[in-house]
Amino acid sequence: MRSILDKAGFDARFSALVLALAAIWVALAVATDGVFLSPRNLYNLSIQTCVTAIMACGMVYLIVARQIDLSVGSLMAFTGMLIAWTQTNWLGIDGNVGWLVSIAIGIGAGVLVGVFQGWWVAYRGVPAFVVTLAGYLMYRGAAFLVADGQTLAPLSDNFQRLGGGLQGSLGPVWSWLLGAAGVAALVVQTVAARRSRARYGARLAPLWADALKLVLIGGALLAFVGVVCAYPDPASEDGGGKGLGLPVLMLLVIALWLDLVARRTRFGRHVWAFGGNPEAALLSGLPTKRLLLQLFMLMGALSAIAAMITTARLGSGTHSIGQMAELYVIAATVIGGTSLSGGTGSIAGAIVGALLIQTLDNGMVLLDVSSAKRQIFIGMILIAAVWFDSLYTRGAKR
Amino acid sequence: MNALVQVRGVCKHFGGIQAVDNVDCELHEGEVVGLLGHNGAGKSTLIKLLSGVYPIDSGEILVRGASHRFESPRDARAAGIETIHQTLALAENLDAPSNLFLGRELRTRLGLLDTDRMEHEARQVIQRLNPNFTDFKKPVSAMSGGQRQTVAIARALYFNARILIMDEPCAALGPAETRMVLDTILRLKSEGIGIFLISHDMPDVFEVCDRATVMKNGAVVDTVKIADVTPEDVLGMIILGQKPKSKEAA
Repeated sequence: MRSILDKAGFDARFSALVLALAAIWVALAVATDGVFLSPRNLYNLSIQTCVTAIMACGMVYLIVARQIDLSVGSLMAFTGMLIAWTQTNWLGIDGNVGWLVSIAIGIGAGVLVGVFQGWWVAYRGVPAFVVTLAGYLMYRGAAFLVADGQTLAPLSDNFQRLGGGLQGSLGPVWSWLLGAAGVAALVVQTVAARRSRARYGARLAPLWADALKLVLIGGALLAFVGVVCAYPDPASEDGGGKGLGLPVLMLLVIALWLDLVARRTRFGRHVWAFGGNPEAALLSGLPTKRLLLQLFMLMGALSAIAAMITTARLGSGTHSIGQMAELYVIAATVIGGTSLSGGTGSIAGAIVGALLIQTLDNGMVLLDVSSAKRQIFIGMILIAAVWFDSLYTRGAKR
Repeated sequence: MNALVQVRGVCKHFGGIQAVDNVDCELHEGEVVGLLGHNGAGKSTLIKLLSGVYPIDSGEILVRGASHRFESPRDARAAGIETIHQTLALAENLDAPSNLFLGRELRTRLGLLDTDRMEHEARQVIQRLNPNFTDFKKPVSAMSGGQRQTVAIARALYFNARILIMDEPCAALGPAETRMVLDTILRLKSEGIGIFLISHDMPDVFEVCDRATVMKNGAVVDTVKIADVTPEDVLGMIILGQKPKSKEAA
C-alpha cells in the first residue's frame, strides 16, 4: 500500500491525516444531525482555524529547526493589546491611518520580541524552551500593563472587518474568481513541474496520480468556496453569500508564501538541513545563528497577525486572548506531521493539523461538551499525535 | 616545488589544552599526504583549522603561496579546500542533491532553488563515482554507508576542489566500498588533486599515500616518505613518538 502511494507521489502520512479528518467530519455530521456541515458552522470553523493555522506555519519552521516557541499565546495578547491601544488611546478609530499604523506597530512589536528571543537562543545559547517559557510569563504580564488590565474598545470598523465578521469577506463573485484562479494555477504548476522533470530525465509520477491529485485538491477548493458562498451574508441586502473570509485569505497568502520558502528557497533548505543535522549545517558554512534569529522573528510576526485577527474578531483588545494558543498551535503542527526531533515537517500538514484540532474543538462545542472536558480531550490528542509520530518515525527507519 | 598548501607553525588551544602545537606540513599537486596519529593526537583539530571550522590561534596557512585566514568553512571552500569530515556532515533528512549543494544551492533567475537542475548535476557527478547509485529522491537516512560516502565525496568534487581533506573516509565501510574510495583517491591523485588523508589503516596508507605526517600530543613527530619506511617504523612514530632511526626524514 505504502509503495503504491509512494510511486504515485502521495505522501502516506499526509494522506492518512486527510482521511482521519474526513472520518471525523462524517462522525460529527452524524452526531450533530448535519449542523456541523452547515455553511454557517463551516464558515466559522474556517475563521477559527485561521488563527491557529497561521501560527502553526511558523511553528513548523521552528520545530523543524529543533526549536520551540511556548510564548506565542502570550505574545498574541501583548501585540493584540498594542494594536487596540494604538487605536483607542492614540491615533483614534476614524479614518484609515490609525488602524493601519496599529497593525504595523503590532507586527513590528512581534518581530522585535522575536529578535529578543532569537538573540538569547542563537547568540547566548539559552535553550528555546527556557527563553520562550520565560516569554510566556513576560508577554502576558506586558499585555496586562498596556492598559492596566482594561478592555480596550471600540475599535475601527475597517479594522474589525479583518476578523471575518461584518463585511469581513470577499463576497461570492470574488470568491468564485479566486477559486477558479486557484484551480488554474494548480493545473499550470503541475504541467510546468512535469515538463521540467521530463527535460532533465528525472522520474515522473504517473499521469493518473497527478490528475487525481489535481481533482482532489481542486475539488476541495471549489467545494469550500461553494459552502462559504452558501452562507447568507447578514450585511448583504439581496441575500448574497459571504464568500471567503478575510482571515482565510490571509492564511492562504501566508501558507503559499511559507510553503514556497520552505521548498524552493535557500532559507528554507537551510532550516531543514539544520534541523536534520545541526553539525552538518555548521560544517557546510551555513549561517546557523542568523537562521535561528530569523525563525523567531518570523514566529513573532505571525503571532502578531494572529493577534490582529483575534482582536478584530472580538472587536476589542483584551489581555486574555491567546490562552493555550501555544498548545493548540504545537498540537496542530505535530499532528500535521512535523517531527519534534527536527528535520521533517510541512506547511500543508500543519494547516490540516490546525483544521483537525479546531474541528474537534468546534464539534465538541456543538455537542455541548464542557470546556473542561474539551481541554482534557485536546490534551489526549496531543499525546496521541506525538506517540504516532514516534511510531511512524521508527517504522520508517526500519 | 609548487606547494598547494603550506601550514607554518600553526597553533590552536582549547582552554588549557594545546590541541595543535606549532605544526608544519605541506601538500603538493597530485600528492596524497597521510595524517597519522592516535586518537587525540590533534589530526582532527588540524583539519578543522584547514577547513575553516575553527580559526587558528597563531601561525599561517598558505594556499598556493597566498596567506589565508579562514573565519568560516565558506572561506576555506572559497580558497579551494574541500573537506570530507569523518561524520560526513550530511543532513540525513535531505536527499543526495540537496546535500551535494548544501550552502551552494543552484538557483533560477527568480532566485528560487533550481531543484531539477541540481538533481541533474548531482546525477552526473555521483554516477561517475558509483554507477549503482540511482535513487536521487531518497533521503540520506535511507542510504548505505557507501552511498553516503559517495554523496560526501561527490560534494567535495563537484566544485572542482584542487585540495581535498578526507577524515577516515573508510572507517565505516565494507571491503568493496573501501576499494571504491581508495580507487577514487588514486584517480583524483592522477588528476593532480592534492589530498590530506587521515587513516588508522596501515595497508590503506601504504597503498595510496606518498608521504605521511605523524602527530602526537598536538605536535608533529616527523614527516616521512612512505617509500622510505616500513609500517613498523610508522607505528613506532605513532605509538612512541620516535623518529625512524634507519632512514633519513623526508
